[in-house]
Amino acid sequence: MTATRLWPRGVVLLRSRRGRLSLRIGLRSFSVGLAFLAAALLVSTYSLTIGESDLPLGDVADALLGRADDGVARIVLEWRLPRVLLAVVGGAALALSGAVFQTITRNPLGSPDVIGFNMGAYTGALVSMLVIGGGYLATVAGALVGGTLTGLVVYLLALRQGLQGYRLIIVGIGVSALLASLNAYLKITVSLEESLSASVWGAGSLATAAWTDVVPVLAVVAVLAPVLMFVNRDSGLLALGDDAAHGRGVDVERLRLVLLAVGVVLTAAVTAVAGPIAFIALVAPQLAVRLTRTPAIPLLPTAFLGASLLALGDLVARTVIAPAQLPVGVVTATIGGGYLVWLLVAQARKA
Amino acid sequence: MPPTAPENGVRPLAGGRLDARGLTVSYGGGAILDGLDVGIPAGSFTVIVGPNACGKSTLLRSLSRLLPARSGSVLLDGADLRDLRTKELARKVGLLPQSSTAPEAITVVDLVSRGRHPHQGVFRQWSDTDEQAVREALEATRLTPLSEAVVDQLSGGQRQRVWIAMVLAQQTPVMLLDEPTTFLDIAHQIEVLDLCATLNDEGRTLVAVLHDLNQAARYATHLIAMKDGVIAAEGPPRDVVTEELVSEVFGVRARVVDDPETGTPLIVPLARGAVAARP
Repeated sequence: MTATRLWPRGVVLLRSRRGRLSLRIGLRSFSVGLAFLAAALLVSTYSLTIGESDLPLGDVADALLGRADDGVARIVLEWRLPRVLLAVVGGAALALSGAVFQTITRNPLGSPDVIGFNMGAYTGALVSMLVIGGGYLATVAGALVGGTLTGLVVYLLALRQGLQGYRLIIVGIGVSALLASLNAYLKITVSLEESLSASVWGAGSLATAAWTDVVPVLAVVAVLAPVLMFVNRDSGLLALGDDAAHGRGVDVERLRLVLLAVGVVLTAAVTAVAGPIAFIALVAPQLAVRLTRTPAIPLLPTAFLGASLLALGDLVARTVIAPAQLPVGVVTATIGGGYLVWLLVAQARKA
Repeated sequence: MPPTAPENGVRPLAGGRLDARGLTVSYGGGAILDGLDVGIPAGSFTVIVGPNACGKSTLLRSLSRLLPARSGSVLLDGADLRDLRTKELARKVGLLPQSSTAPEAITVVDLVSRGRHPHQGVFRQWSDTDEQAVREALEATRLTPLSEAVVDQLSGGQRQRVWIAMVLAQQTPVMLLDEPTTFLDIAHQIEVLDLCATLNDEGRTLVAVLHDLNQAARYATHLIAMKDGVIAAEGPPRDVVTEELVSEVFGVRARVVDDPETGTPLIVPLARGAVAARP
């Protein structure tokens, strides 16, 4: 009997002495994850130092430790930190949501922005403005309801003998197109002021982020990310096909419902407070797969990649035409649009 | 159960009798199987044959609970499959579906290890038994030298061996194989069937859907012939494969002779006009 383990290359096995507890850790995924975690922290820290008044790193550190004077503390803790945190946590949430949708649909195009969720959230926000009038809470609630309802409708329309990934994407694109024209109509129906504020929300921006925005998103991620980790081994088997996954003991329909719910809530939370931020969900999972070279979308690297992408995007949004600001949604859409074209061309070549 | 020592890592493969009782399965609108009664003897290599759309795949999928029974039940050693959790079921019945897709970058050893999934948990991801089972599955399918290869880059026959190895690593008393030889050339077909016969010799119950009647007659210890959702005949190939049955079930007029190699029935279609003109 040889003593060499199967999988000697790049997989570390952690085991308790009696073998009750054992974990497999891919070295490459681990280091890619770690690198992007570091990148997210680095970008965030830099973001805290720049703005209308540039602060030295020492002042920022003092403010974070509660040692700075009121002025600096307010700038760092009240104005900049919520925005930076929302970028990091929101980016992670969007990326995880994308990972979930791409796992369910077994398709790199499966992402909440492609299948109509964002458009639905926008419609919800507009409808709530029209019916209840503007106001922050009404917009958030409208976006949540609109996005979730759209997700549900797309799911039900795509359902036939179980869920097929391609149907979900095609139905989602169709529903998106319908909602886009509805949104255009709604925008010319509401008052000019409301229309303008709807458009600002619709571009996706972190500029107005406050602690009341950050906390709910943080809570959602804190609860749902562990859920994803827990079902991660089952989700990995979905890639073999539904029948093969069932044959390995995975309750496929139940798993897919859990994943869908988690994916919708993750995007909904971010979209409600920041507006639809495009393409993080689409790009981060695929980039993570390519960098880690794993057969399935790796969760932690994807989350940290999403976090650093959105943090970087927001940094660009704040600085590129300073003192004016771009909505971060414009930045991510510009980068992501290029990626989407490349992806479609690459997929068409393969097919 | 404590981790077993490497020498006896393979669990005894006892039992494995499957019984369908009044099994009714519908797909879309109509019933494909309507009140079907059929038994798979424990320790047999049962092959299900029949013309296209006769319900043979549906039967196999129902035996693994992949298709839910509208009425009736499937019993494994007397216990209703419906009472098992999906994971428990997967420790007893291993299914190789007709269409599986290997993720792009997956290696042989990774894919084969997925067979251990029903034996693992979130915090118990790799035990000595897992290691042993995967090692043996690779050995039995002669894939040990290829264990680090990427599945996508293997030949069709090698790929099919990888999938079989995955089900093998699952160490279930029952293995269900849906058309395991389709899309393989003749040499690879024989290779896969020989492997199945060996696995059966070791005590597993095997159920396979096959297209080739002669291969079925040669390898099966128990043959089930289906037509239009009902069992046309079942039993040892020698009793089942007759000229009448081939004509009735497949619509082919043929002579049945002894296979010069194995003595099993061999179907030889008539030289001309073996198939009556169909509308």
